[in-house]
Parts: sequence; structure tokens; C-alpha cells
Amino acid sequence: MIKRLYECIRSLKINCLAFLAVLPLFAFTFIFVIGPLAYMLILSFLQRAEVWGVVNKFTFKNYRDILEPVYLKTFIESFKLAITTTFLITIIGYPFGYFMAKLDAKWKKRMMMFIFVPFWTSSLIRLYGWIIIFRANGVFDRFLMTLNITDAPLKLLYSYPAVLVGMVYVLLPFMILAVYSSAEKLDWSLVEAARDLGASSFQAFLTISLKLTLPGLLSGVVLTFIPSMGLFFIADILGGNKVVLVGNLIQEQLMKAHNWPFAAALSVILMILTSLMIYIYRRISNVKELEGLV
Amino acid sequence: MRNNSKLANIYLGFMLVVMYLPIIIVIVYSFNSSRISSIWGGFSLKWYEELLRDRSMFDAAKNSLVLATSSSVLAAIIGTLAAVGMPHVNLRGKGVVEYISTLPIMIPEIILGMVFLVYFALIGLPFGMVTLVIAHTSFCIPYIYMLVKARLVGIDKSLAEAARDLGASEVRVFFDITLPLILPAILSGMLLSFAMSLDDVVISIFVTGVNTNTLPIKIYTQLKTGVTPKINALSTLMLGVTLLIYILSAWIGKKGSHREDLQMEGK
Repeated sequence: MIKRLYECIRSLKINCLAFLAVLPLFAFTFIFVIGPLAYMLILSFLQRAEVWGVVNKFTFKNYRDILEPVYLKTFIESFKLAITTTFLITIIGYPFGYFMAKLDAKWKKRMMMFIFVPFWTSSLIRLYGWIIIFRANGVFDRFLMTLNITDAPLKLLYSYPAVLVGMVYVLLPFMILAVYSSAEKLDWSLVEAARDLGASSFQAFLTISLKLTLPGLLSGVVLTFIPSMGLFFIADILGGNKVVLVGNLIQEQLMKAHNWPFAAALSVILMILTSLMIYIYRRISNVKELEGLV
Repeated sequence: MRNNSKLANIYLGFMLVVMYLPIIIVIVYSFNSSRISSIWGGFSLKWYEELLRDRSMFDAAKNSLVLATSSSVLAAIIGTLAAVGMPHVNLRGKGVVEYISTLPIMIPEIILGMVFLVYFALIGLPFGMVTLVIAHTSFCIPYIYMLVKARLVGIDKSLAEAARDLGASEVRVFFDITLPLILPAILSGMLLSFAMSLDDVVISIFVTGVNTNTLPIKIYTQLKTGVTPKINALSTLMLGVTLLIYILSAWIGKKGSHREDLQMEGK
């Protein structure tokens, strides 16, 4: 083995060098991606020990437990929140990305910068801004009270709407970028042709623009739906204990209840749901890479 | 047809204001002398002074920088080598490995954090900087790999061929031709990785040790337990750093595309 490796380095053949080049990625992926994921799967079928740790005994109990009303409810609530979040993001983000693609080159560049700056900055810091806004007697309350719309603080922080705003706010750039990248490639002469042939601007949008930007829209849906199931810290800091997501449940089981096998089972289910989403997305859009990811 | 209606432009402008509102509020209130963040007590730098006096903040900042630097450098080495080598290897299942290596940015962060926590406990790795670096490297590699791969598709293959015809070895071709051409992609990938690592809280919470705090972890625990305006000052400084990284990255991107233009002209 070592001799062959040595010969390979001496010969400087491309196949051999290429093999050496990809070796670190293969090793890293096997040890630190496949390994942990495989262990998660195994762990989800093991039993929790009485006090601490895990007993190596095969069981389906963890999966059965998920079906208990308390936990099932969390899954359903999470799902509902994820769907609502994705729906709102689509309504807000699609027109944004679409209008952005219609700007001239100079403004396009500027807009890209405007979108990317919040995208790069910590979501935690941006959420903190919302805490200041939503807090009782905070910026928002004062604004409404000076306009005489309300006369008492609304107590918006630690509520479902606050979590929803946080989710939409954090994930919106994904949708905008995905829609933009596919609207950018749109052949606008097709829209013009439709208009010339007598279609109203709404008809032209529906039959041409929407159809051709569908891959971007779908990839935006995937990119927002998947994280919205697991962003436990948004529910944590904007929702208090009022909103419990699958992510919060996993974190709680892991860090507080120390029931690792159950946390693993929850993660496996979440992972399956995620893969299913990506699979369906690929089947209907026939694209390999998620648009607007990088 | 290509031009927006007035209403569309107003929409774009309004949404931008909403997007920036929380950020601006954090920055504005970091200069607020009042302790209660909703009351404006006049301009002051006292929270910045208090921040600079806080030793634990310094340690957390140091940890965050060490972490972001080491994971982006490690990811750059692994990701770049793999992206360059991948087209030339004939291994069964290389597509599968390629796909799995990008999983860390595809699956929800919480799952990544949880699997690392249980796995590191299994193999007996002590929680701290080492586990943080491994976890962060895993989600930095895909960014660099994908950016370099995309860049490699765009470069002119005849350049490498010409060098080979003139007798350059593969190693020489890599260092003299390929590397300079993909350098902008590597650098922007590294900056993106750096920013992602600097901001990560979900994965860090799971894999960090008791004594290793990063800045986002500190912010997170403070947001949960009770906020002092010191956090505003810290957030403002972090926003500044991220903005700087972004500008740097945009500048490198510009230079990269400029080089591409030159290449096109040369043809």
C-alpha cells in the first residue's frame, strides 16, 4: 500500500494525483458525515439507560413514542408553522425576486448587495432587532400608541405571530435569491410576444413568466420549508415557551431529558421528511442543484 | 415590458426598509445611554466601554476568530483539492460521496448539531475547540467545493493542455495555471465560510464544551436570560466585521470577473 502510494507520488500521473487530491474529502465525508448519520440511525433503535447513556438493545419504542399525542402534536404544529411560513415567504418573496430581475443592470447589482448583507449577518442579531421592536412598550407599541391606534402595549413578544415574523424574516432571502436567479434567465421577448398576440399582462405573466420561473419558486419553497422545521432558536427567543417545534423537542430531549435515542428517532423522521421534499422537488423540476443556493 | 411599474419599485423599496429595520434599530440602540432599550436616553459610548472591559467577551471573540479561521482554511484545502481532482478519478460511487459531502448544508442545522453531539460522545472526542472546528469544517466544505467546481467549468481547458504540451508536469500545471484561475472562487468560498462559521449558533451550541464560548453562543444565552445593552454594542461590532468581509468578497469577485474578461479578450 505504502509502496504503491510512493510510486504514485513519484510517477506524477494524473489519475493517481487526482486520487490523492480527493482522498481528504472522501476521508472527511466517511468519518465525519456518513459516520455520524449512520450512528444517528443506529441510535434511534437503541434503548435509553435508566439514568444516563444508552443500552445496546434493539427496540422500536422510540418511533412508537413519536406517535404519542404530545409529540405528534408538536410535529403537526411544526408542520403547520412551516407551511404558513413558506406560504407567506412565497407571497412576499416571489414578487420581490421577480421585480428585482426586471431592474436595470446597475440597480440589480445594488439590490443583490442589499439582499446579501442581511444574508451574511448573524440571524441572531437580526432577530434581536425584532425583540427590541416587539417588546412590551417597545418600538412597535410606542409607534402604534403615538398614532392612537392602540392605547395599551400589545405584548407581541413571546407570541405565535412574533415567531412567524422571525421565521419569515430569516428565511425570506432564500426565496428572493432563488426566484431572482430563475427570473433573471427569463427570455422577456416571450412575454412581449404574448402581449403582442393580445394577452393581458396578467395572462402573459401566468402563462409565460410564472411557468418559466417555477423552478426557482420551487427551489425557494424547499430552501425555506426545510430549515423552518428546525430553527428552534427563533421559537426560543421570540416565542418564549409558547411555541414548541420539532427542533425545540430534539434540543430538549438531547440537552435536558438526555434521552438521546428518542432525539435520534425524531431527527431520523425529520431527515426523511426533508429528503422526501428534496426528492419530490427534483422529480417535478428536473434540476439537480437547488437554484440560488450558492 | 422589462421595466417595473412604479408600484413594483415602491414594493421593493418598502421591503428593503423592513429588512433593514431590525438591523438599524440594534445599531441605534447600541449608542443609547439608557439601560432600558425602548427609552432613548441620549448618545453614549458606555456600552462599548463596558464591552471592552468584559474579559469573557474577549475570550469568546478570540474563540470565534480561531474557529472561523481554522474551519475556513481546512475546508478550503479539502474542498479545493477535491473539486480539482474529482473530474479525473474513476471511482465507483464518487457521485454518491460527492452528494453526501454536501449534505451538511442541505439538512436542517439542528440534525447536524445533534448527530455531531452523539457521535463525538461515541468516539470519545472531548468537546471544545476541536469538535467545533470539525463540525464547522463539515458545513464549510460544500460552499468551497461548489464554488470551485463551478469556476473550473468556466475556465479554458486549452491553457492547461498547452502547458502540458510544453512539458509541464501535472503538479506544475496545477500551481501555474489552474490555481491562479480558481483563486477568486477559493477566496470567496473562504470568506463565505468564515462568515457562516462566525455566525453559527445552532451547531455550536451542541458541540461546544463547557468552557468554550463563541460570540453567537454568548449572545444566544444572553437573549434567553436577560439582555443588557452591551449585546447591542457587540452585535453592532459583529455587523461591522461581517460587512467588511462582504465588501472584501465582493471586491475579490469583481477582480475575478475582470480577469475573466481579460481572458476573453485574449482569445
